[in-house]
Amino acid sequence: MTGEALLEVQDLKISFSTERGIARVLDGVNLTMRPGAIMGLVGESGSGKTTLARAILGILPSNASYDGGSVRFAGQDILAMDPTAFDRDIKGRRIAFVPQDPYGSFNPLFRIGDQIMELMKWKSPIRDANTGSLGALLTHYPRKRRQADREAALAMLAEVQIPQPERAFKKLPEEFSGGQRQRLLIAMAMMTKPDLIIADEPTTALDVTIQAQILKLLKRLAKDRNVSVLMTTHDMGTAYEICDDITVMYAGQEVETAPIGPFFANPQHPYTARLLDSLPKPGAEIREIGGEIPSLLKAPSGCRFHPRCHQATVECSAARPGITGSEHVVRCFHPLRQAAEVRS
Amino acid sequence: MNATSPMLSVQGLARHFPLRNAFGIRTGAIKALDEVSFEIRPGETLGVVGESGCGKTTLGKTLAGIHVPTAGRMQFEGKEISALTGPQRRAIAQRLQYVHQDPGNALDPRWTIRRSLDEPLATHTTLSRTERDARIEEILTAVGLPSAHLDLYPHELSGGQQRRVGLARILTLKPRLVILDEPTSGLDVSVQATVLKLFRALRTKFDLTYLFISHDLSVVRIMCDRVAVMYLGRIVEIAPTEDLFSNPQHPYTRSLLSAIPEIGGRRVTETFTLEGEPPDAGRLPSGCRFRGRCPSAAPQCAEIEPTLATADGRHLTACHFART
Amino acid sequence: MSGLAYALRKIIQDRSALLGLILVGLVVLAAIFAPLISTHPDAVWDMNPKLRLLPPSSNWLLGTDRMGADIYSRVIYGARITLMIAVIAVGASMLVGVPIGLIAGWRGSWLGEILMRVSDVFLAVPQIVLAIAIAQTLGPSIENVILALSITYWPWFTRLVYAEVKALKNETFIEAAIALGVAPWRIVLLHVLPNVASPIIVRASIGMGFTILTAASLGFLGLGAPPPAPEWGRMIAESREFLPQSWWYALAPGVAIFIVVMGFNLLGDGLRDILDPRIRRSHDR
Repeated sequence: MTGEALLEVQDLKISFSTERGIARVLDGVNLTMRPGAIMGLVGESGSGKTTLARAILGILPSNASYDGGSVRFAGQDILAMDPTAFDRDIKGRRIAFVPQDPYGSFNPLFRIGDQIMELMKWKSPIRDANTGSLGALLTHYPRKRRQADREAALAMLAEVQIPQPERAFKKLPEEFSGGQRQRLLIAMAMMTKPDLIIADEPTTALDVTIQAQILKLLKRLAKDRNVSVLMTTHDMGTAYEICDDITVMYAGQEVETAPIGPFFANPQHPYTARLLDSLPKPGAEIREIGGEIPSLLKAPSGCRFHPRCHQATVECSAARPGITGSEHVVRCFHPLRQAAEVRS
Repeated sequence: MNATSPMLSVQGLARHFPLRNAFGIRTGAIKALDEVSFEIRPGETLGVVGESGCGKTTLGKTLAGIHVPTAGRMQFEGKEISALTGPQRRAIAQRLQYVHQDPGNALDPRWTIRRSLDEPLATHTTLSRTERDARIEEILTAVGLPSAHLDLYPHELSGGQQRRVGLARILTLKPRLVILDEPTSGLDVSVQATVLKLFRALRTKFDLTYLFISHDLSVVRIMCDRVAVMYLGRIVEIAPTEDLFSNPQHPYTRSLLSAIPEIGGRRVTETFTLEGEPPDAGRLPSGCRFRGRCPSAAPQCAEIEPTLATADGRHLTACHFART
Repeated sequence: MSGLAYALRKIIQDRSALLGLILVGLVVLAAIFAPLISTHPDAVWDMNPKLRLLPPSSNWLLGTDRMGADIYSRVIYGARITLMIAVIAVGASMLVGVPIGLIAGWRGSWLGEILMRVSDVFLAVPQIVLAIAIAQTLGPSIENVILALSITYWPWFTRLVYAEVKALKNETFIEAAIALGVAPWRIVLLHVLPNVASPIIVRASIGMGFTILTAASLGFLGLGAPPPAPEWGRMIAESREFLPQSWWYALAPGVAIFIVVMGFNLLGDGLRDILDPRIRRSHDR
């Protein structure tokens, strides 16, 4: 990756302790994002993409533990940072979050105007001296800042094509459709003027025509404001639509990272290739991958894909492959590029 | 019933859900299904696609007898079934089955697999214990499950295995028509491929006819012989699959198809133009229900509601401006 | 049935539930083996004026009452009466309340509404007032106490079952059974009922405690079994004029009531914790 990285995750290890044992959900994951780019984090169930996205923001469930690795944001190690400073400066401010479920992400009892202003009270891009040391209920919201924030919020709602933002402010979440709520969530993330937005499967719950609208909106806003986006998805098509780069994860390990063009033209990891192959194609046979996604309680050793991989050899189960490549990165002992060379 | 007459024939099927205000007085209705007519021929797979609120799930459940139709008629294997109730309607279930989106959830969590698989046979057939056991074994093999699973409970199986058990339960009756409701929704891509292959194999092995309800057009394209597109309770277009995909006639179908990402091809986000959202289902516009978002809308669209019409007898469209 | 073994294992892990189970078990055993563990099994109904109101001693473990009978033995035999009243009353309530709840919940619409309003009427009647009315009309006896308790307790089961059935109707597996063509009565008996069994069991257990307390209150008011039956409530009522000198007279039956009611309540609470998450867990994957 050229240029100063905005986000650098190195060798991140996270495990969840459950009733049935310890699940090693992230097994030393690397991820690098350059500023102003949209990165797609693609994976199936259990791939760890959601855990990674949430780990960056520190919003993991209570049974999660960080077992190693670092997350550097704009050069700063945010895992080692003082939690209060992190909450105040980074979380929800420089790194914003767009959640997956537009239906459950709003408090059904409060008007969205109130919910938005509540957000702005704490995370407005306009900073003032009061940092809320009196606690949530007693902290004062200065009138001038409040008005400025409100103007900015209404302008943002118009940007995301919510009709009549003034009236929308007074409405309850139930009065908005799923697509509109997702627009509101995106607006709320953008309002804090972040450097990075982490969007967790932002269009999964939406119909395909609404999905197209939302993706279009997200891409336009991100590019206009030079905001980086880390978007998790299980759908390759969605990644293809708006991402500049793509990282594929399998069972807690990242296996391939590349810019979007080279990725789809020339996938190098066996899993990636098989995954793309199994997408429905008219007129072609349906191809399966064979086997099942492993349980993270008893994950395979070394490269976790090796039990299902046709090219696996002994070394694949012995140790996790290292990183090869610079722009197009793959972690495999037998990447397809090499296999092709051997055959020819 | 001969080989060319339809297996299922539906005319003017409607299912309305009443809207009530705080006093319980009816203020209107949501026409989840409104004047739906079509046929399914033996051995074919008919796809039904549409977005949320289009009525495809209501259609599936009404055909399966879970909902009672508000209006309209259905004939199955030549027999009029829309007026049947009680034991007579239930008897139809042996030959007309419905598979939920997540068949694993369709199992009683307190029953063993064996008991769940035995229930349909005990309800509909007079087979002896041994004959029923033999049928269960046969079906288990067909869906790829070991007989060791018979004594387990649903929560002791994986999601994929539960799904297969749910399918097996339907198949024990050896039905003729199977309604699949969003069978691949929420599945990982790799699991989806396996499930689709299974459906194809079962179709051949048991000579099944499918009604394939899905919002995923790429899946529908490879599984179905014909496709019906629904919007707000009506079929707006119905045609043989490749016909529909290569030559969509209804503006909504065209928008729907243009919203599907094509890896390696054009970017939807650059070409997609459909704005807005479907109108409130309880207050539909006059005339054509798509006219609020339609790029080709004209004054007549507000006055006359278009009905399905065709030029070649195979490709039907409900639009005043259908290009044929 | 794997459920029973699982529940027992879980009860042992939960301290208060285990305590409840032990207490209930002790009382039940005492009732069953009354002739064996009471010290004066024959003298329970006797009159021995020379022995009246003796304090606890090695001969009379909990002292004697105003008739000279051994209080310990009377308390033990009283357990039989108490448990019998509670079991029959709660059992009858279940037999009436559960089917009504099933029908009301499953059929819904106007039939369900009517049934629920009827149950509301019965709920509105205070148990003790009704019991007094029945005792006035029909005379004081154990049977009338049971009648009064059953008539007023069945709506609790009905409401519980009604709510559960309404929720269950929307479950996928019920819908699937309908789609499969299974007859409604089979669905209700074989699918719905087993799934509402757990809340019913919990309610029954707590209801036992509730009923015992009410039965004792009715006995205290003189509405239960006539003397010389060793009914706990009546014993407490008798003891009133001899307090505070003959403190043992009220203490024994009082503590007995306390133990059994607390036992059933702890057991019921523990069962609720055990049975509900399990249902959820088997629904989850």
